[in-house]
Amino acid sequence: MWLTNSSIGRKVVMSVTGIALILFLTFHLVMNLVAIFSTEAYNLICEFLGANWYALVATMGLAALFITHIVYAFWLTAQNRKARGNERYAVVERRETVKWTSQNMLVLGIIVLLGLGLHLFNFWYNMQFQEIVGNHEVLLGGQNYAVHDGAGFIAYTFSNPIYAILYIVWLIALWFHLTHGFWSAIQSIGWSNDLWINRWKVVSNIFSTVVVAGFILVVVWFYIASL
Amino acid sequence: MTKLDSKIPAGPLAEKWNNYKNHQKLVNPANKRRLDVIIVGTGLAGASAAASLGEMGFRVKNFCIQDSPRRAHSIAAQGGINAAKNYTNDGDSVFRLFYDTIKGGDYRARESNVYRLAEVSNAIIDQCVAQGIPFARDYGGTLANRSFGGAQVSRTFYARGQTGQQLLLGAYSALMRQVNLGTVELYTRHDMMDLILIDGRARGILSRNLVTGEIERFSAHAVVVATGGYGNAFFLSTNAMTSNGSSAIQCYKRGALFANPCFAQIHPTCIPVNGDHQSKLTLMSESLRNDGRIWVPKKLEDAKALQAGTKQPTDIPDEDRDFYLERRYPAFGNLVPRDVASRAAKERCDAGFGVNNTGLAVFLDFKYAIDRLGKDVVADRYGNLFDMYEEIKNTDPYTSPMMIFPAIHYTMGGLWVDYELMSNVPGLFVIGEANFSDHGANRLGASALMQGLADGYFVLPYTIQNYLSDQIQVPRFSTDLPEFEKAEKELKDKINKLKAVNGKRSVDSLHRELGLVMWDFVGMGRTAKSLTTAIGKLKEVKKEFWSNVRIPGDVNELNVELEKALRVADFIEIGLLMAHDALMREESCGGHFREEHQTEEGEALRHDDKFFFVGCWKYTGEESDPELIKEDLVYEETPVQTRNYKS
Amino acid sequence: MDKNISFTLKVWRQKGPKAKGSFETFQMKDIHQSISLLEMLDILNERIINEGKEPIVFDHDCREGICGMCSLYVNGHPHGPGVRATTCQIYMRRFNDGETITIEPWRSAGFPVIRDLMVDRSSYDKIIQAGGYVSVNTGAPQDANAILIPKDIAEKSMDAASCIGCGSCVAACKNGSAMLFVSAKISQLNLLPQGKVEAARRAKAMVSKMDELGFGNCTNTRACEAECPKGISISNIARMNREFISAKLKD
Repeated sequence: MWLTNSSIGRKVVMSVTGIALILFLTFHLVMNLVAIFSTEAYNLICEFLGANWYALVATMGLAALFITHIVYAFWLTAQNRKARGNERYAVVERRETVKWTSQNMLVLGIIVLLGLGLHLFNFWYNMQFQEIVGNHEVLLGGQNYAVHDGAGFIAYTFSNPIYAILYIVWLIALWFHLTHGFWSAIQSIGWSNDLWINRWKVVSNIFSTVVVAGFILVVVWFYIASL
Repeated sequence: MTKLDSKIPAGPLAEKWNNYKNHQKLVNPANKRRLDVIIVGTGLAGASAAASLGEMGFRVKNFCIQDSPRRAHSIAAQGGINAAKNYTNDGDSVFRLFYDTIKGGDYRARESNVYRLAEVSNAIIDQCVAQGIPFARDYGGTLANRSFGGAQVSRTFYARGQTGQQLLLGAYSALMRQVNLGTVELYTRHDMMDLILIDGRARGILSRNLVTGEIERFSAHAVVVATGGYGNAFFLSTNAMTSNGSSAIQCYKRGALFANPCFAQIHPTCIPVNGDHQSKLTLMSESLRNDGRIWVPKKLEDAKALQAGTKQPTDIPDEDRDFYLERRYPAFGNLVPRDVASRAAKERCDAGFGVNNTGLAVFLDFKYAIDRLGKDVVADRYGNLFDMYEEIKNTDPYTSPMMIFPAIHYTMGGLWVDYELMSNVPGLFVIGEANFSDHGANRLGASALMQGLADGYFVLPYTIQNYLSDQIQVPRFSTDLPEFEKAEKELKDKINKLKAVNGKRSVDSLHRELGLVMWDFVGMGRTAKSLTTAIGKLKEVKKEFWSNVRIPGDVNELNVELEKALRVADFIEIGLLMAHDALMREESCGGHFREEHQTEEGEALRHDDKFFFVGCWKYTGEESDPELIKEDLVYEETPVQTRNYKS
Repeated sequence: MDKNISFTLKVWRQKGPKAKGSFETFQMKDIHQSISLLEMLDILNERIINEGKEPIVFDHDCREGICGMCSLYVNGHPHGPGVRATTCQIYMRRFNDGETITIEPWRSAGFPVIRDLMVDRSSYDKIIQAGGYVSVNTGAPQDANAILIPKDIAEKSMDAASCIGCGSCVAACKNGSAMLFVSAKISQLNLLPQGKVEAARRAKAMVSKMDELGFGNCTNTRACEAECPKGISISNIARMNREFISAKLKD
């Protein structure tokens, strides 16, 4: 199967899962922004995405995307390290056109993954997971929250400055990861040329900035609101 | 005395090659599999021959010194390749290309060979395009052409300034395809060490595996030598560092004749020598002469000031500049053939008008082209060359003229071959620059690529069959035969002898010394006195080499110094051959200029009555001088004239 | 203006592919900046030979930037600090008095060290053997002008074809990936009508050989492109990906 046993095939898997995750992020951002304007509307969406069969299927799909992306990342890195050989250069100097980000995608990915763990613990565990196991409310900081009360969880989580800072760090790592990942995914599936490579890079930067700024806005918004 | 049979087919000039092909003997496909051919060298000639013979079904063993066939020095050819396509509708034809080549070679080439070269030139372009070589094209999608030194038509096909690279990669690709199909076995990092004769025929080679240091034996039904020229006998040349004349010398010592060794081409547009540590000379493409104007100061005091560094070239006004090529050769101007341009530069520098600190350089100025065409056009045409020049010399050719000086570039001489490209040793074929056949006393620009590919793609694959057709009953040879044993022992003795010298001097220092003797006494202007001196000095260098060379390390493993030493030992022999040949040839023609033989205007003076022959040299032993054997040149259809680039 | 400089030179010495290598340090005095880096090594080797020791082994041949033989990793860059230049085109005026110059071989599993700074790049030949050609025999192709090729296509093909196969892309890549080299050949041929016939087969065969030889996966760091002495663009890699993916999807 060429998606596993050829270098380009493996990169295609990284790209396609990456692009799918980017689409998911876009959707997630739109949803979060709703919370700023109307907590009710946001909670409606949360309810819609609760333990319904379609939401569960989508969650499974999403999990599969993440897992594939992560497994391939480690697999490719292991192969690449092997291809590099045992001896390392004593002196290495990066040219200006070579971005630090592009050479540290795994490190950034790991930071993103850790953030994701935190995020699942803060939200998914309290919401969809509790619903799956049959709970309707969870007790947080001495207060009961309905499992569909997404806005409530947001407000609760980001009222804590440590969480707010951790989330911002996480989002910045995500920004770096995305700025390279976006155009790189397009390049890997061959949708680029001398002209488009620069356009895609601009698009990547703008897109990543918008997405990450949007997420950060939500964090900051709710932190300020809690003061 | 050896009688040379050049085997020129009967019939009118234009029909000889067809006649030959129609009547030659062929080998049927089933038998080709049973015949082995060794090809040494993977340049244009070697790679194209190996690929073509492989395609035909012969079993080929192909050798190269470098780590890959793609590195052969053909890759460095910049300008282009000639063909008589007449795509530009400027009156070109097979005959005209043939005639220009004969004339450019100063009537010292074999008429029938050159005609065949011109005849197959068109097929080369077709072949290369089919291989996917990205030649330059016009907006309509057709191939583009440009003019080149020594021709009045635009017949040169090119791929930017990297034509040699593209043609070589085409031949290399074809070769790789055959390696993949199993018809060609490739031996990289292998250096030919000797030619093996069995019953008077070439039947194999010894080679040294440059990685392991082992001596390896290979047998075959025929041996093809395609190892390029011997210009590195001068140490400083435009050749690559490993370009050498050793396989030619090995064949020579086994009885093959060395023809016209003194015909070496000096290229006019090289970057001048800088200091004592220079390892090679860099060529600036001849295409620069299309738009650059060559000059030196008119006044001697200006030249002195330039040499002392007290004046800059831009300080000298136009009226004080001597555009000596335009002055002497109004019809061709800066585009005269290479030998003429080189000698003219030497003449000015000898007269004291040289423009750098050594007094050995002339200007190549683009000021006028920039005024006429604009900087952008000039940058578009020559930008990469200008960048290269600036990196090397630290001056900007857009604002200050380039400095150039002639350097050894190509050797027209080489092993003698007949019409079939076979040497006088049966079964030993020689193709490309390694043979002497097509360029006479001087080669025109963009003709080396043409000849290499003509030999490899379209000539040798035919003519070798004529030889191999009666070899089909001959079984493969064992490499345990006494001939191999003996040759290997001789080689090992030679290597051990070299190692045992254990002297005080590095191989390079001796090579440099050889090069200086060659340049000073067998260089651009030769006299009977300089050549006699050269022979004496070369014998001294030889003695010094064999008594004072130092080769560190183990000679039975990777040992670069040993590789170089073996080559330098052969370069000394080549130097001697060149000097002998140049001394014998008491005339001036093409790349060979005897100062005693010039017209009042300083042009080359041929003596057709006495030297209308190919000078072939036979090896007679280590201590004795070589013996001259002549192949008379017969011109049936070409009027022999004096070259004239004035009008 | 060029002047004499003195500097410390650290050179990788390694007896053979399996042997353990290490740096050897040399003090270089009064080297004129107008000579090339390789000529500086020639001077050093002359000195080493005169001391009766074994000279530093390194690959080099044409010394004018086209054969692709020279392959030194100098001060953290394949082919040294120059841009669009091979090692042999680096002159000492790129370096300063008192500096330390570190010279290492190409380091990649695909290019094992033979000795000192000389590496084995025969894997590149093997990749070309897998399909880096147009399958046409010597003989009777049609007239060269029978197939018209738009100028811009020919130029693009030539851009890719200017690859010299030196291996600096692999040397520069933290993943030891040979994609720039492979994609340049695939691009050159697949762009031209002559090469289109077997475009899919070529892309599959060459990529599969590249993978088999153990070269790494491209992560689009662009280090190859930045260090390529011929400025080959990574848009060739995009083209190769496209060719390969569409060939696989058609299967």
